[in-house]
Amino acid sequence: MLDPVILLPAAINGLTMGAVYALVALGLTLIYGVLHIINFAHGSLLMVGLYGAFFLYQAGGIDPYLSLVLLVPALFGLGYILQWGVIGRASHGSDQNVLLVTLGVSIVIENLALYFFTGDTRTIEAPYAFEMVDIAVARVPLPRLVAFGAALAIAALLWLLMAKTDLGRAIRAVAKERQGARLVGIDVDHIFAMSFGIGTACVGAAAALLLPMFYVSPHVGHVFVLVAFTVVVLGGMGSFIGALLGGLIIGVTESLGGLIFGETFGQLAIFLIFIAILLFRPTGFFGGRPS
Amino acid sequence: MSAVSLLEVRSLRAGYGGVPVLHGVDFDIAAGEIVAVLGSNGAGKSTLNNNVCGLYRLFGGTVRFAGEDIAGLSSSDIVARGLVQVPEGRRVFPNLTVRENLDLGSYRRGRANRARNRDRVVAVFPRLGERFGQAAGTLSGGEQQMLAIARGLMAEPRLLILDEPSLGLSPLLVEEMFGLIRRLHGDGLSILLVEQNVVQSLDLAQRAYVMENGRIMLSGPAAALREDPALRRAYLGM
Repeated sequence: MLDPVILLPAAINGLTMGAVYALVALGLTLIYGVLHIINFAHGSLLMVGLYGAFFLYQAGGIDPYLSLVLLVPALFGLGYILQWGVIGRASHGSDQNVLLVTLGVSIVIENLALYFFTGDTRTIEAPYAFEMVDIAVARVPLPRLVAFGAALAIAALLWLLMAKTDLGRAIRAVAKERQGARLVGIDVDHIFAMSFGIGTACVGAAAALLLPMFYVSPHVGHVFVLVAFTVVVLGGMGSFIGALLGGLIIGVTESLGGLIFGETFGQLAIFLIFIAILLFRPTGFFGGRPS
Repeated sequence: MSAVSLLEVRSLRAGYGGVPVLHGVDFDIAAGEIVAVLGSNGAGKSTLNNNVCGLYRLFGGTVRFAGEDIAGLSSSDIVARGLVQVPEGRRVFPNLTVRENLDLGSYRRGRANRARNRDRVVAVFPRLGERFGQAAGTLSGGEQQMLAIARGLMAEPRLLILDEPSLGLSPLLVEEMFGLIRRLHGDGLSILLVEQNVVQSLDLAQRAYVMENGRIMLSGPAAALREDPALRRAYLGM
């Protein structure tokens, strides 16, 4: 079982899924890092993105990879409005309020999805869904390879945005020093909403990349959000590089865990890691959060 | 006082959550002036600053900057007009590099001249040039104060408000800081200096206002205030 001919393909498959986890986790960690919000609605917003991609394909015949161009701005807008119009207003500056508000938002979104779309699990049949690509000894489904490449590219773009633009600098400034930010003329409420919007845009991208290889249902967000929280804790709350590496590690862990414990228990290994991290390094690998 | 006020504050009342702190404050500063607002801790100096800069909603009164009513504008819009505050406690961005802090100084105003202004402030504060790539949180207190002032200058201020720039600095650094402020004023910058450090502020400023319990108690040319018996008793122990 531990023959490299079996292990290597499993690891490569894990890496591809891990990149998608990383994308979801990047959004989560951005929102946490700036707004200090544990965003329970993150998974529901991913679900919204998946339905968006699904119906664009079913009704409009738009390929999921093409719909990425629509879903990213759409979910960005949804996130911006959600933070600016609902979460920010309801928080009154208290973190506990925000926790409950995001939980409430996720319950509302999921039940709306149940009402309108029923609980059915849906999939699309993209023509390329079962195409395989040979990498070394592994055969990797094409959608996974696309997801891997695109997720890494988006992570790189996000990094550039944060490091090299005024928006990115302002986001990082607001995360640590709000009063100082106001005094250089930064509109802090706008930056909060931008951060939430960008974080949500990440799940929009993830949704488009996931749909050709996954399913949609009103509760599909749970699958990812628990893993994403694990990734964020592993990498360190608010750390970008941590979310990226954490996502890849978790993806490989899940895949190898599935190999060892059996397919249905693949996630067992993830949560064993989660518990171990909380016990031995609660700030994560890149956390620390020096305040 | 000159005929044309750059900043004109009339009957300003302000406070926190309904509790009044300022009970009707009047003051002016003309273009090119350096004016000090003095007073002990709790006199209401920072409340005055923060209300003028739009961080809080004032209770009443008017604030005119360059002839325009700015009361009720957001801090972002006030910075855009060239009224820039360097806050008490520096408030630099600790997780950003010195360079990034400077760049964000021109986030709302002065962006077109960012590179040129960066070179200028580094010429004024050479120590910041040596620390360019370092996170601001790792700087010493004096260096952070310099960075805060330099960040304010990046916005090409028409009026720079300095809130307690000498706070927490060693006597030697205080001397250096006041020298720098003198130099900035010499280069033509209008400065409102808010300070507890009465002696050195009166040496530097052309005029001064003395605040107590949310009111202006004394005002006039700095030279006259230096000789004022009430002020000497209250602040200099003479």
